[in-house]
Amino acid sequence: MMEVGLAGPLLQVEDIHKSFGELEVLKGVDMTLDRGHKTAIVGPSGCGKSTMLRCINYMERPTSGHIHLDGELFGETRSGDRYTPMNEKELARQRAHVGMVFQGFYLWPHLNARDNVAIGPMKVRGLGKAEANELAEAMLEKVHMSHKIDEFPERLSGGQQQRVAIARALAQQPKLMLFDEPTSALDPELIGEVLNVILELAEEGRSMVLVTHEIRFAREVADHVIFLHDGVIVEEGPPKQVIDKPQHERLRAFLRQIVEH
Amino acid sequence: MEVFFTKLTALGGPLLLGAATTVAITLASLAVAIVIGLSLALIRLLGFRPINWLISIYVEMFRNTPVLAQVFIIYFSLPYLGMKINPFPAAVIGLGLNGGAMLTEVFRAGLNAIHYGQREAALAVGMTPWMSLRYIILPQTWRITLPPLGNYSIALLKDTAVVSAIAAPEIMFWARNLVTSTFETTFVYILAALLYFCLSFPLARMVDGFERRQRAWQ
Repeated sequence: MMEVGLAGPLLQVEDIHKSFGELEVLKGVDMTLDRGHKTAIVGPSGCGKSTMLRCINYMERPTSGHIHLDGELFGETRSGDRYTPMNEKELARQRAHVGMVFQGFYLWPHLNARDNVAIGPMKVRGLGKAEANELAEAMLEKVHMSHKIDEFPERLSGGQQQRVAIARALAQQPKLMLFDEPTSALDPELIGEVLNVILELAEEGRSMVLVTHEIRFAREVADHVIFLHDGVIVEEGPPKQVIDKPQHERLRAFLRQIVEH
Repeated sequence: MEVFFTKLTALGGPLLLGAATTVAITLASLAVAIVIGLSLALIRLLGFRPINWLISIYVEMFRNTPVLAQVFIIYFSLPYLGMKINPFPAAVIGLGLNGGAMLTEVFRAGLNAIHYGQREAALAVGMTPWMSLRYIILPQTWRITLPPLGNYSIALLKDTAVVSAIAAPEIMFWARNLVTSTFETTFVYILAALLYFCLSFPLARMVDGFERRQRAWQ
């Protein structure tokens, strides 16, 4: 295994396999992400793209393979050739550097927008209340949600909830942002506001990995596209190549379906 | 009318004393029941099979036998094991164990009602499982379980009457004593019932309030 220095890529995914019981969902995937770069993972339902994303921050523990974030082995410790899973406390410390946005938003309903964003920095990084609130206010402004700062999630639309969820992830001041189909649960008229926020973040030069059904958006925001099918990467490259000039028949069929939709 | 007030002052005093004991037994057994119920519901989530079987056995034993039998067994059998026990602690242990079984189910249902994404989002921001439980899961569980918990407290308050059978000096214990010494059967029992009502009614209103708030919150 190659040692990754600080000058190396931000994220390295090495030969990740993941099985749920008998079912092998990921059959050995690799990817590399440099700082400031954006990779979009696309593919049909059940191809393993969400699982791949969830393996990156160990929401799912890979069955085999390794993740390096910023030169550091993620979710495991290594001595010689032996890899040992981390305990929950060490894992939490590493996860704090990776922001994650879920398809279902998962805002915490007992907290208002400000507290949803502030509680992480307070409890995880030990920020004082005033400092955490200030950070929350700044992050909510970034996602254009300052006007709803005192509202509870139940009073927000899906698009607004997702933007608060993005602010919550930003408040971690993460090295890497993961988006797991961030617009798939939204009504069509609410998708735009969320995509716009993600686009703004991309333009700031944040590093991100994005699982999405929005091919046109992937083309616009990503500098690298991975097409995953049946747990393996079938084709990858710059969006202009992968999306505009697909080589594999499976990818062509997939893109045709999406366009017809 | 004068006779009525003479009776009221003569009989009301002991009953009020009993009411204080009723409240004390209710609060103490409620505390025991909540601690047991919440702990077991959380331990169950860890998913160790043999431990979960033991918990199920406990829950089913106490759910499916009369609380009077449970209190009798504790009060009359512990001395055989060399532990002399007074009526008050015996009542609290009996009602507490019984309530623990009920509340294990209540808290289990409350915890199950929370979407797994709530925990995932907490872990994703870097919280440990303990922090996620403490700051995200339990506050929500608490809100969900408050109405059933309130209803259980009302039932418990009235169920404390059974511990008069082991001479714990609560309302019904005093009522029976007064009936034997004064033969004022109707008067004493109506007075006792009124006392329960005065304790229970405000609680019932509170539970209604919780339920309204919860509906608004959902």
